[in-house]
Amino acid sequence: MTGTHLLTVLTFLPAVGATALFLLKREDLVWTRRLALTIALAEFGLSLLLPFGFHAGTAEYQFVEFRAWMQSPVINYHLGVDGISLYLVLLTTFLTPLALLASWRGITERVRSFFVMMLVLETGIIGVFVALDLFLFFLFWEVMLVPMYFIIGIWGHERRIYAAIKFVLFTMAGSILMLVAILWLYRLTGTFDLPVIQQLLVDGAVVMPARAEMLLFGAFFLAFAIKVPLFPLHTWLPDAHVEAPTAGSVILAGVLLKMGTYGMLRFCLPLFPEASRALAPYIAVLAIIGVIYGALVAMVQPDLKKLIAYSSVSHLGFVVLGIFAFNVISIQGAVYQMLSHGVSTGALFLVAGMLYDRRHTHLISEFGGLATPMPTLAALYLFVCLSSLGLPMLNGFVGEFLILLGTWEHNARWAAWAATGVILSALYLLWSYQRVFFGQLTQERNRTLPDASLRERVMLFTMAAVILWMGVASPMFTRQIAASSEQVLKHMNRPQGYLAGPSKNHGRGVWPYAPTTGIVKSSAAGPGGSK
Amino acid sequence: MFPPLEDVYRLAPELIWSLTGILLMLVDPFVAKPRKRWMGGLALIGATFGLAATIFPYWHMGAAYSGLLRIDAFSVFLHLIVGGVAVLVVLGSSDYLGRESLPPGEFYALVLFATTGMGILASAQELVTAFVGLEISSIASYVLASFRREHVRSNESALKYFLLGSFATAFFLYGVAMVYGATGTTQLAAMDWSKANSPLLTLGLGMIFIGLGFKVAAAPFQMWTPDVYEGAPTPVTAMLSSAPKAAAFALLVRVFSLVFARETSAGASLAWIYVFWIAAALTMCVGNLGAMVQSSVKRMLAYSSIAHAGYILVAIAAVSSAGEAGEAIGIAAVLFYLASYALMKLGAFVLVTYVGGTGERRLEIDDYAGLGTERPLAAAFLSIYLLSLLGLPVTAGFLGKLYVFRAALDSNLIWLVVLMAVNSIIGAYYYLRVIVVMYMRPAQQEWPPQPMPAGIALVLLLTAAGTIYLGLFPNHVIAFATQSATSLR
Repeated sequence: MTGTHLLTVLTFLPAVGATALFLLKREDLVWTRRLALTIALAEFGLSLLLPFGFHAGTAEYQFVEFRAWMQSPVINYHLGVDGISLYLVLLTTFLTPLALLASWRGITERVRSFFVMMLVLETGIIGVFVALDLFLFFLFWEVMLVPMYFIIGIWGHERRIYAAIKFVLFTMAGSILMLVAILWLYRLTGTFDLPVIQQLLVDGAVVMPARAEMLLFGAFFLAFAIKVPLFPLHTWLPDAHVEAPTAGSVILAGVLLKMGTYGMLRFCLPLFPEASRALAPYIAVLAIIGVIYGALVAMVQPDLKKLIAYSSVSHLGFVVLGIFAFNVISIQGAVYQMLSHGVSTGALFLVAGMLYDRRHTHLISEFGGLATPMPTLAALYLFVCLSSLGLPMLNGFVGEFLILLGTWEHNARWAAWAATGVILSALYLLWSYQRVFFGQLTQERNRTLPDASLRERVMLFTMAAVILWMGVASPMFTRQIAASSEQVLKHMNRPQGYLAGPSKNHGRGVWPYAPTTGIVKSSAAGPGGSK
Repeated sequence: MFPPLEDVYRLAPELIWSLTGILLMLVDPFVAKPRKRWMGGLALIGATFGLAATIFPYWHMGAAYSGLLRIDAFSVFLHLIVGGVAVLVVLGSSDYLGRESLPPGEFYALVLFATTGMGILASAQELVTAFVGLEISSIASYVLASFRREHVRSNESALKYFLLGSFATAFFLYGVAMVYGATGTTQLAAMDWSKANSPLLTLGLGMIFIGLGFKVAAAPFQMWTPDVYEGAPTPVTAMLSSAPKAAAFALLVRVFSLVFARETSAGASLAWIYVFWIAAALTMCVGNLGAMVQSSVKRMLAYSSIAHAGYILVAIAAVSSAGEAGEAIGIAAVLFYLASYALMKLGAFVLVTYVGGTGERRLEIDDYAGLGTERPLAAAFLSIYLLSLLGLPVTAGFLGKLYVFRAALDSNLIWLVVLMAVNSIIGAYYYLRVIVVMYMRPAQQEWPPQPMPAGIALVLLLTAAGTIYLGLFPNHVIAFATQSATSLR
C-alpha cells in the first residue's frame, strides 16, 4: 500500500472545486469560466503524476487507498489503478478542460450550473475508473448519471428532454440489474472487494455454480453493453449525442462509453470466465454487426453529429470484439482503441460543435466548400478524420491493428468481417469531409464564417499533438497496459476441475488465453515497428 | 392504583405527547387570536420533549403494564421515527395554518394525539392495546384530513378515509377476536402457536393482515390513498404518508414475525410467504404504474408511497422465508427503509406545501415549470428527495433499497427482486419527469416573491441532511436497526 492520497484527491478535486464556483457572483461569467477551467487544468496536472509514479511491469493495483466505510454489509473505500484504468483516468482529465473550453461561448444560460455539472461529472467518471469496491463502483456509476442528465436536458438542443430521459432510463435499466448481481456476488463471496473476490475465485475458494455465473454475467454484461453501446442496445446514443451540447458529446463519446468496455474488462471476463467463453461467439457477432451497421448508418446520416455518433457505435464494436477475442494482443488493442477513440471522437465532436457555434446547425447539407473561408479548421478536421479512420502513424491505427491482429489469431473470420469496418470508416468520414469542406461554397452565407479562433486552435492543436504522439509513441502506453491485459486473461484460468463446467470449445482450436510473455513483447514492438 | 414508576418511564413519550395535546386544547380558548401562533411553539416544545423522552423507554426496556406493552429496541426505533415526524410536522405546518387561517390549537393537539396512538401501536404486545393505539391515531388522522373544512376535496378525503378506515379497523378487530378464539389469549407473547394450527387462527391473521394492509396502503387495499392524500391539507399528508405507515408496519412485523417463526420451527408449509409475495408484487406494480399517469404532484407522491409500501413488503416477505439470522437482516431492512422513507417523503410533502402557496394552488406537475430558475433552493431540495425516492446512490433511498435487495436475495426471492428492480426503473421515469419540468421547462406563470418560512426551511434542511447522512453514513442507524430486529425475540 502506498501512502499517497492521490486518487482521492483526483476523484474529489473537481466536485469540491465546483463548490468554489458558488462563491462567485451568478452574473460573473468570465471568472466562472476561468475558475472552472483552472480547476480542470489543475486536475489534469495532478493526474500527470499517475503515469510517472506507475510501475509498468506489474499487474498489481497501484496508488491503492483503503478505508473501512460501512459495516453491514461491509463496504470499503478502496481505490486503485492498474494499466487498464490508468490511462482512462488520464483521458478523463485531459478531455474535461477541452470540453470546458468548448463551452466557452456556446453556453450562455445558467453558466455556473453548467460548469458545476461538468466538474461533478468528472468526479463521477474518475470514481468509476478507480473504485475497487463493487459497491463504490456502482455508486459512482449511478451518481454520474445525474450531471449528465442535466447537461443533456438543460443545455441540449430541441429534443433534449426526450434524449435525456432516454439516456437515463436505458442506463438505469441495465444498472439496476447489475446492482442485483453485485448483491448476489456478495452473497456468494461475502465481500464487495474486487481484488478479494478475484482471489477467491482464482484460488477456487469460491466456486460459482454454472447457472449463477451465467445469470451474473448476463446482468453485468447487459449494463455494460447498454453503456458501450453494443448493437442492438445503441438506440439511445444517437439521440443523446445529437441533443447534447458539444461538451456533453465530447465527454459522452470520449469517456462515458468507455465505462462500458472498461466494465467488461474489469468484471465480466475475470469474474465470469466460463460464461464469457460460452457467450463470446454471440457477443462477437453482435460486435461485428455493430461495426458494420454503425458504419453503414453513419454513411447515410444527413446530420454531422449523428454521423459521428454512429461512428462511435462502429468503433466501440471493435473494442468489444477485441475484448471477447481473449487474446492478450487484442485486449491491449481494445484498451488502446478506447483511449484513441476518446481523443479522436472527442476532437470530431469539438469540430462539429465549432461549426454549430457558427451556423447553429449540424446538417451537412448546410455546409459545403468550407475550406475556403476556414482553411485552418479544415486542415485540422482532416487530420482528426484521418486519425479516426485509422491512418498509420496516427492513434486510431494502433488500436485497430492490434485488435485485428489479436482477433485473427483467435478467429480469422471475425477479423475478416471486422476489417471491412476499417474500409467503411474511411468511406463515411472522407465522404462527409468532402461534402462539408471541399468543393464550391454552396451557400453564400457561409462565405463570411470566421476561421478557427485562438481558443479553438489551442484546443484542436492540443488534440492533434496527442493524436500524433499516440500514433508514434504507442509503446509508451502499451508497456503500461500490457501487464494488466495479461492479468485479465490469467484470471480467466480457474483451478482444475472447475473447467469441467459447460465450457465449449466451439471446434476452432485452442483458446489462446494463456499467452507467453513473448507475445506481449512482440505486440509492444509491433506498433513501434510501424513507424 | 398507580402503576409502578418503571412503567411510567416506559410510557414517557406517549404521556408527554398526550398531555401536551390536552394542554393545547385547554389553553386554546384563552388565547387571543393574534397570539395563536404561539400555540405552535408550545406544540413544538411538547413534541420535542416527547421525542427526547424516548431515552426513558430506552433505559427501561421490558414489558410494561402487565404485558400490554413491550418496550424493546424495536419500539424505541419506531418512537424515534414517529416522534421525529411529529416534530417536523409541527415545524412545517405553522406557516401553512397561518396562511390558510386554520385554528392552530386543535391542529397541533390532533397531531400529538395521533402520534400518541402511533407510539402505543409501535410497542403494543397485546392485540386489544394495539387496536386502541390504532384507533387513537386513526381518529385523529380522520379529523386532520378534513381540517380544511371549507374545501370540498378535504371533506371528500376525510369521508373516504373515515369510511374505509372504519372498515379496515373493523376487519382488524374481527381478526383479533378470531385469534383470541383460536389461541385463548390476545397477548402476543403468551399465544400458544403450536397447538393452534386451526383455520380460525389463519382466518383471524388474514383479517389482521387486511386491516393493517389498509393502513400501510398495500394493494389491493390501497384505493383510498391517492384521494385522501390529495384532499388532505398538505402538512397532514406529509404526516399521513410517513408516521402511521411506520407504526402499522411495526405491528405487522411484530405479529407476523411470530407467525413466521412458528411456521419455520414447526416445519409447516410457508403459506404466508405467498401472501406477502403477492401483496408486495401487486403493491409495487399498482403504485408505480399508477404514479406514471398522474398530473398532480400530490397524487403522484401518493402513488409513489404505495410503491414504497410494496418495497417494504418485499423485505417482510424476505423475513417470512428466512431463518433466524436472515430474519434480523430482513427486519432491519424494514426499519431502515421506514426511517429513510419517512425523511424523504415528509420533506417532499413539506416542500409541496411551500410551493403550493396560499390556497394550495400550485399542485399540478406542470405548475412546477421554472421552479429551477425561480426558486433554485426549493428545486434543489425537491431534487434530493426525488432522487432519494428513486433510489440513487448517496441517498437514504438507495441504501434502503440495497438492504431490501440483500434481505430478499438472502431468502432466495430472486424474482421478487427482479420485479422490484424493474419497478425502480418505472419509478425513475416519473420522478425524473418532475425534475425535467422543474429545470428544463420555462416558467408557465408568474412566480411572486415568496420568502421561505423559517419553520419550513428548517424541516427541509433537516430532512435533506438526514437523507444524505443516511445515504453516506448508515452505520449507526443500521446497527441500531439490527439490534431492534433481534430485540423482537
